Amino acid sequence: MSAYFENRAIVVPGDILYEGRIRAGNNTYRMGGRVYATHVGLVEYGRGVVSVIALEAGYMPMVGDIVIGYVVDIDVGQWIVDINAPMNAILKVPDAMEVPFTPELVMTEFLDIGDTIVAKVVDLDRRRTPILSILGGELGKVDEGLIVEMTPSKVPRLIGKKGSMVSMILKETGCRLVIGENGRILIQCADREDEELIVSIIRKIEREAHTTGLTNRVHEYIMRMRGVKNE
Amino acid sequence: MSEEKWRRVDGRAWNELRPIKIESGVLPNADGSAYIEMGRNKIIVAVYGPREMHPKHLAKPDMAVLRCRYHMSPFSTHPRRSPGPSRRDTEIGMVMRYALEPAIFLERFPRASIDVYAEVLQADGGTRCASITAAAVALVDAGIPMRDLVAACAAGKIEGHIILDLNDHEDKYGEADVPVAYMPRLNKVTLLQMDGVLSPDELRRCIELAIEGCQHIYELQREALKRKYEEVVEEVKEGE
Amino acid sequence: MSRLSIIPKLKRRKILDAIASGRRMDGRGPEEYREISVRRGVVEKAEGSAEARIGDTWVVAGVKIEIGEPFEDTPDEGILVCSADFAPVASPTFEPGPPDEASIELARVVDRGIRSSDALGLKDLCLIPGRKVYVIYIDLCILNHAGNLLDAASLAAVAALMGAKKPIYEVRDGEVYPTGEVEPLKLRRLPIAVSMAKIGDVIVLDPTFDEEEVMDTRITVTVDEEGNVCAVQKSGPQGLSVEEIWKAIEIAVNKAPMLREKLEAAL
Repeated sequence: MSAYFENRAIVVPGDILYEGRIRAGNNTYRMGGRVYATHVGLVEYGRGVVSVIALEAGYMPMVGDIVIGYVVDIDVGQWIVDINAPMNAILKVPDAMEVPFTPELVMTEFLDIGDTIVAKVVDLDRRRTPILSILGGELGKVDEGLIVEMTPSKVPRLIGKKGSMVSMILKETGCRLVIGENGRILIQCADREDEELIVSIIRKIEREAHTTGLTNRVHEYIMRMRGVKNE
Repeated sequence: MSEEKWRRVDGRAWNELRPIKIESGVLPNADGSAYIEMGRNKIIVAVYGPREMHPKHLAKPDMAVLRCRYHMSPFSTHPRRSPGPSRRDTEIGMVMRYALEPAIFLERFPRASIDVYAEVLQADGGTRCASITAAAVALVDAGIPMRDLVAACAAGKIEGHIILDLNDHEDKYGEADVPVAYMPRLNKVTLLQMDGVLSPDELRRCIELAIEGCQHIYELQREALKRKYEEVVEEVKEGE
Repeated sequence: MSRLSIIPKLKRRKILDAIASGRRMDGRGPEEYREISVRRGVVEKAEGSAEARIGDTWVVAGVKIEIGEPFEDTPDEGILVCSADFAPVASPTFEPGPPDEASIELARVVDRGIRSSDALGLKDLCLIPGRKVYVIYIDLCILNHAGNLLDAASLAAVAALMGAKKPIYEVRDGEVYPTGEVEPLKLRRLPIAVSMAKIGDVIVLDPTFDEEEVMDTRITVTVDEEGNVCAVQKSGPQGLSVEEIWKAIEIAVNKAPMLREKLEAAL
């Protein structure tokens, strides 16, 4: 019954994280009496559980996720949407507009190939195809802004503990952000300089995701960049 | 001639690997990538996926399909080789797939494809093994869930001596070549081929020697995967 | 990089707005290159080799030199063969398979710059007229496609030739025999390809992948050290005005010396 690494050490797939009775958490698997890592990342020994915070991982859709997608194709009564996942998602007409599908409906007038949407994953069908909805709140077609992509497994770092990182960024820049759990971030700013500042912040968070004291460093970074701008 | 004094054409001891350099994340476009130099071999591997399978009818309903393509640049060998794929390239692509498949949680991505592309820029014997070693690093870099890494190298026989990690000359003029890929934690051989003539005992010694080589290469793979992040940690510390 | 085969309209508009404002998405002005680096001798086994990077675009060129028979219409000239492989490592949009029209165009435009400027002096590469000549193969391998492959491929090709060594053959009794010695391949010219995209009303130099996705058309002008034009390729669906063509030539002639410096400084 022992841990093989220090807490938050960098591990790679196949590394033995623990031997003995413990729950195998995210990005780990159990075989025999041992728990192994499946991703490169930081090992976390919690109470009765061992997991890995992945530093590289693709996006796997889960019900309830907010995602940013691009319409890539149109079928009868549904749009095919790229959401940066291993499979395309489907947006059916009733989940997009509050009217039923009829053959007379010109779907492209509402959403066309190449359009960008903020959507919610509302279901995974029998074949695990993600089913989207754009009905409600902040969901729908995006007409303004810039989309930036980041490693999906690092999105929680952009949000921060209880949203601390993102609220600090919003407060300091005055921009609007929609964070897709699929690693796509919509940035809407009053001017281009702020937009570029946000992009560089996201790049910094992505690069330094595995280090400590990140929120403070990002805050200092914003102050420094602002200083440069005002000079 | 004692085993200690005998030296190989490039001066190595019988159980010595060539110098190896592995770097992860070298290609901005790929989902994951790695570059390996193993002696004078220079190979770049890109991973794309898991992504929608094209053409769709090749997709499997219960798991991802791993596709491996091995290709040698025309300038990678002497004399120049034709740019089109050869029968050898096709076979190596297949054995790469078999070598890597057991390490990947393919069942997590039904209907998707995971594409591994190895491009050999310079060949000097043992390119299939070096490609597999680099591909395993590239798969991890792509964030694909893995049971274990896969390390690969060959052992063989030349002038009656059992040797590790054959270079091009030893491959051509030696008596036998045994490429092996190995999952070090799970203790499984995932590639085994042989070319030449060996006694059963010699073959056993070659496989054991190759596994020892794989274990060493495995440590280099782990270092390569961690280096990218450790460098940033150092940089952040210095900044404070 | 996105795996999409189409460019989202939102992104398209961002790119167009940025170009119209005079400051591109990556902060460059219209007539600025990304960072360029050229390194020679990356593949020691080839007779010559080099890699060129322009931003994230990355191309490796290898030169192999063999002996072959000349073409019937040029019995006293060596042979130049230039080919390109858009390796699937380089982009999610590249598929394995035989060369498509884009990779053939790339190889042919690089070839034309070298051939038209007579950079190699093909007449000097003849051993026995009508029977034995040097065959110079230039193979281009694209490792990462982030736009403007042509300029990177052209830089890599010329850099690889600059450092190439050709085996010396002895001609005896109508046959050629290798001496085992080598000598540098002499280059008489350093042709430089300069590519521009027309996007809206603006000509932008060194387009990125995304800019190429939205461009109306592209023009490549290859220039030698005397400022002569030695190859031109207009490629893409829309037309160019005569004024735009003059402008493109002027930009190319002005920019080529900077690129040539990169070539000459390469180790």
